Amino acid sequence: MSDLVVSTKGLTRKFGEKTAVNNLDLEIRTGQIYGFLGPNGCGKTTTMRMLTGLLTPTSGSISVLGQPMPQSAEPLKNEIGYMTQIFSYYRDMTVLENLRFAAEIYGMPKNKIAGRIDELLSTYDLTENINQLSGSMSGGQRQKLALAATVIHSPKLLFLDEPTSAVDPETRRGFWEQLFDLVDQGATMIVSTHFMDEAERCHRLAILEHGTKKADGSPRQLMDDLNATVVEVEGAGLRRVKHQLDGQDDVLSTAQVGARLRVLVKKSESDPVAMLKALLQDYPDISLTVQRPNLEDVFVSATKGDPS
Amino acid sequence: MISLRRIVAVLKKELLQLRRDRMTFGMVIMIPLIQLLLFGYAINTNLRHVPVGLVDQANSELSRTLAQIVQATQVVTITERFTTPEEAELAITEARIRAAFIIPPDVANRLVRSPSVGFGLPDTTDQTSSRPVAHWIVDGSDTMVSSAIKSLRAMPLTELLKRPPNRQVPTFEVTLYFNPEQRSAVNIVPGLVGVILTMTMILFTSAAIVRERERGNMEMLINTPIKSVELMIGKIIPYIFLGLIQVAIILGLGHVLFAVPINGSLGTLLVVTLLFIIASLSLGLVISTLAQNQLQAMQMTIFVLLPSILMSGFMFPFDGMPKPVQMIAQVLPATHFMDMIRGVVLRDASLYALRVDILWMVGFAILGLLVATLRFKKRLG
Repeated sequence: MSDLVVSTKGLTRKFGEKTAVNNLDLEIRTGQIYGFLGPNGCGKTTTMRMLTGLLTPTSGSISVLGQPMPQSAEPLKNEIGYMTQIFSYYRDMTVLENLRFAAEIYGMPKNKIAGRIDELLSTYDLTENINQLSGSMSGGQRQKLALAATVIHSPKLLFLDEPTSAVDPETRRGFWEQLFDLVDQGATMIVSTHFMDEAERCHRLAILEHGTKKADGSPRQLMDDLNATVVEVEGAGLRRVKHQLDGQDDVLSTAQVGARLRVLVKKSESDPVAMLKALLQDYPDISLTVQRPNLEDVFVSATKGDPS
Repeated sequence: MISLRRIVAVLKKELLQLRRDRMTFGMVIMIPLIQLLLFGYAINTNLRHVPVGLVDQANSELSRTLAQIVQATQVVTITERFTTPEEAELAITEARIRAAFIIPPDVANRLVRSPSVGFGLPDTTDQTSSRPVAHWIVDGSDTMVSSAIKSLRAMPLTELLKRPPNRQVPTFEVTLYFNPEQRSAVNIVPGLVGVILTMTMILFTSAAIVRERERGNMEMLINTPIKSVELMIGKIIPYIFLGLIQVAIILGLGHVLFAVPINGSLGTLLVVTLLFIIASLSLGLVISTLAQNQLQAMQMTIFVLLPSILMSGFMFPFDGMPKPVQMIAQVLPATHFMDMIRGVVLRDASLYALRVDILWMVGFAILGLLVATLRFKKRLG
């Protein structure tokens, strides 16, 4: 397939006894924002590092932009951008100095550097901070600088490792708008996150747990295909209701959200409301309604029952 | 293919960071300045005015004159007086004095028979006629102090008897080249260039790569097209200039304050100093690729620094060391540099005369840079 940007087969990485990534098959197509969703330590960063050639897989194969990794890591550096989890540009240098350094390291033509930096400063709203030391900027501004420096050489493929874990929701929204602009200009992106709202913005998602892929698809498709029914319980005594339902065979999970209890019931149960009512006869004042699943439900369902 | 632009980019970045790191920049200037002043004045291998005690058991005009003559050598200063040798021993044990001069009651009898007064040689087979004039007891733990006092053993005493001194005919004629006044600073100051450069150059670069790793910059750098060798070269060039500034401070001030001559050509001086700076920097880079954090880098630097001070010939003559130690010392760039810098500054040695040291230094620098480049991996595991 010509539009395949990244593909892996049986990708595995072990650190001593611990398997960080286990038998991972991925297919990421051009123009997509592909998300890795999972808790800390699920193998997101390890996978990204293998895809960029920083780590050698223990077994399995990787193809990035049609070339094998990690063998082609060096020639592909100019085609790839990697934004690390922690701000990795120089805190004792100004915005302009950091951008100029990135441009020179990527070997951009001298006569194009000033123009490209001006463009990025205005796109990422950094014009006023041009002479500010990056160490003295806010987390959001630093993250914009990191993205600007990462895309300075207009990479075809962009890796973003938990890019918004240190910024407020409004900054996160703005940041995602910029990511869609980049996709519109032809870039493909791989984003790791543990935020549901962030994952929901991706074109396609892989849910990872303990290095294993638990689900793969578009957020909508994953929600539609959820192997469970979501029932919301409203009324008094929700904590007791929760304790009563926890541990029941057909109940996958319970989680209180404000004044409601969100209950995931196995899809095999034909009438989940009736089943729950039967279990909760001691609580006559409660009401039960079936709800549309959200991504968190998908995540909980996908990672349920895994021995941790 | 190595890109000059990327090297320049790293170099510019290092200069920017250095400019903002006032403390480091200050140390570049202050370390040579202060250490030159301290060591230039402090280190003195010509021992003078060792504090000693006097036990004058004769208590005669002769014994008092003898004590005065001994003090007039300036090797010792009599700071305390005792009546018995036991008291003097106690004072040595308590470290109040370093030695005691004991003049026996029969000093006059001993003196007339002594060869040092020049009355002719007595019969030295007879115990009584060949006894020394007086006795020194010395705290021998410091070899330099004991050597200084031992040098008094055969001092002429003709002055004591108000006789004109016999003309001394030395067995050997000794002519001192390069430092005829025997001033320690002449030897210390050029050596100090080696010690200070070893310290600052290795320290700066040994922290260089580790710091990038500790601050999280390394993950960004290894994702760019930069090559190891470009990073290494870009990182050491700024420090070459800093090293040259330090050399200028030490030799310039050494010339003005301690009258240390610069007999060799400045061109030769520049070549040998540059070689040493590059060798030290490349050693620092190797350390930087071995150390996991800045503390480890510091420890490894000190591991190199101490033998560079003690075994390079800076403090103790290289020729006096046992062969195996000499071989170990030969590995250190500082040992070769002591040879070269003293050669150029004091003896006007030519590059050709220093060719062995120069070749070794070139080899060391290339090897260091090669090892550092090979050890620096753009991989995490």
